[in-house]
Amino acid sequence: MSRGRGLIPYIFLLPGGAWLVIFFAIPMAIMLLVSLQEGSLSTGYELTWNFGIYPAVIGESSGQIIRSVTYAFATTVLTLLIGYPMAYTIAFRGGRLKNALLLIVILPFFVSFIIRTLNWKMILADNGIVLGTLKDLGWLDQGFHLIATPAGVIGGLTYNFLPFMVLPLYVALEKIDPRLIEAGMDLFASRVQAFWRVTFPLSLPGVVAGSLLTFIPAVGDFINAELIGAANRDVTMIGNIIQFKYLNANDFPAASALGFVLLVGVMVLIAIYTRVVGTERLTS
Amino acid sequence: MTAAAPPLGPAPVRTAPIGQRLSGLVLPAITALAVVFLFAPLVVMVIFSFNDPAGRQNITWQGFTLNNYLTLWRRPDVTGPMLTSLTIAAISTLVATILGTLIALALTRYDFRGRSATNLLIFLPMTAPEIILGASLLTLWVSMGVGRGFATILLAHIMFNISFVVVTVRARLIGFNRSLEEAGMDLYADAWTTFWKVTFPLIFPGILAAALLAFSLSIDDYVITVFNAGRTVTFPLWVFGVSRLGIPPEVNVLGSLILLLAVAFIAVQLWQSRRQAAAGGPVTIRGR
Repeated sequence: MSRGRGLIPYIFLLPGGAWLVIFFAIPMAIMLLVSLQEGSLSTGYELTWNFGIYPAVIGESSGQIIRSVTYAFATTVLTLLIGYPMAYTIAFRGGRLKNALLLIVILPFFVSFIIRTLNWKMILADNGIVLGTLKDLGWLDQGFHLIATPAGVIGGLTYNFLPFMVLPLYVALEKIDPRLIEAGMDLFASRVQAFWRVTFPLSLPGVVAGSLLTFIPAVGDFINAELIGAANRDVTMIGNIIQFKYLNANDFPAASALGFVLLVGVMVLIAIYTRVVGTERLTS
Repeated sequence: MTAAAPPLGPAPVRTAPIGQRLSGLVLPAITALAVVFLFAPLVVMVIFSFNDPAGRQNITWQGFTLNNYLTLWRRPDVTGPMLTSLTIAAISTLVATILGTLIALALTRYDFRGRSATNLLIFLPMTAPEIILGASLLTLWVSMGVGRGFATILLAHIMFNISFVVVTVRARLIGFNRSLEEAGMDLYADAWTTFWKVTFPLIFPGILAAALLAFSLSIDDYVITVFNAGRTVTFPLWVFGVSRLGIPPEVNVLGSLILLLAVAFIAVQLWQSRRQAAAGGPVTIRGR
């Protein structure tokens, strides 16, 4: 094989690249066009360049949009608070057990997403193992519940997206040369100072990557609001509205417009990230 | 939070004050709590896979039985969706692994125009929310008048798997020593022979890791599948559908069997890495 500008790289690229263009890029363009159509499933749709739909759907779903961003932000903060000590312990205290510990952290995520979330729903049920026991002991009010509450949904999101935070954090922390921290301590930094002035700044690429990889799937999620949120209208997220409009209401223009709003929001975040860190960094 | 790095070489003797020794316990304690958090639903899943429920409600413990395991294979409503999921995962893994490996070879071996556009095309499907990938495909099928079913699920799964394969195989190719190929060519092997006798065996672990990742992403996918499924029911779709009345024991049985398989797989991995302890390579397994 030779390095050069022959036809060969294009032959290698063509089948996979074409697949991504046809089943990823073109559908995105179609989604944009569908959002600008008017009509119904029975009468058919017509492209009327109805840009007015964007302010309309944003206004109609502003509650869910704000809620999704809030929940995703809370999830990101929680996964960071739980994931950082975990990744830190494995990277710096793991010793020979590093790989084993990392695999234990990933192990639960081999079991289906839906099955794990359903079992959380059972654990958190109003009279389930945890709440039922606490209520019987009189430690909790009988009326207390987690299912169908924001706390329950955020808890489910935190659980499901924790590995997206732990893995990039671990990679960033593992790379840090312990001698740099030693050097800080030799210069009379306390352990706390050494952490905040040496370790934490060096782990920032992991913090940023992990936050992005957690926030993006969390903001578009509808499974946790549907299962743990028990489809309560007070906890529905933007994903639930998009899914409902596509699959139940057949309101394709409004659903596509909302989908496009979500996509643009995520792309803005990613653009900021790639300006700071670069695409190769996230994909390799 | 405090930092306590293991010193490299002989450490200067420091006498830690009590506060620091206490904080030395805080980190492992948080980690242990997090591990409990991670495994709680799995413990419940395994326990309730042995439950003997009255009717279809599987919410309280009613008695131990092995029946859920023994009768599973005679339940077409369970095995049907499982078989559909396995078929889709197998085919989508095979196709995506081939297409993705070719792209990874092009990206690491050749200079060509359009490299950054290609990188973007690989990168975006991994970062766009799943619901958008699924929903935009739905608009494609609807506007083309294509009926949704097994084929559309398969096309979608291949699409979202390609990027993950490219990234995984490329990571292996970047650390590749080209002089091994040159040695093969020096020994009069042609390009084709060199690829299959030298390059392929060396990048095979990366291809295998990519295929495993693709398979696990495909078999677990709900979000993209639900937009492309039509009347076809995959395993995650079936689980979602039957879960309205609590989780049927069969769901927990299948979850427990998958967990057992994962534990066995990881045990083998650890055993192998202990055997090659000297090499100390990075872990290449990724979660969902």
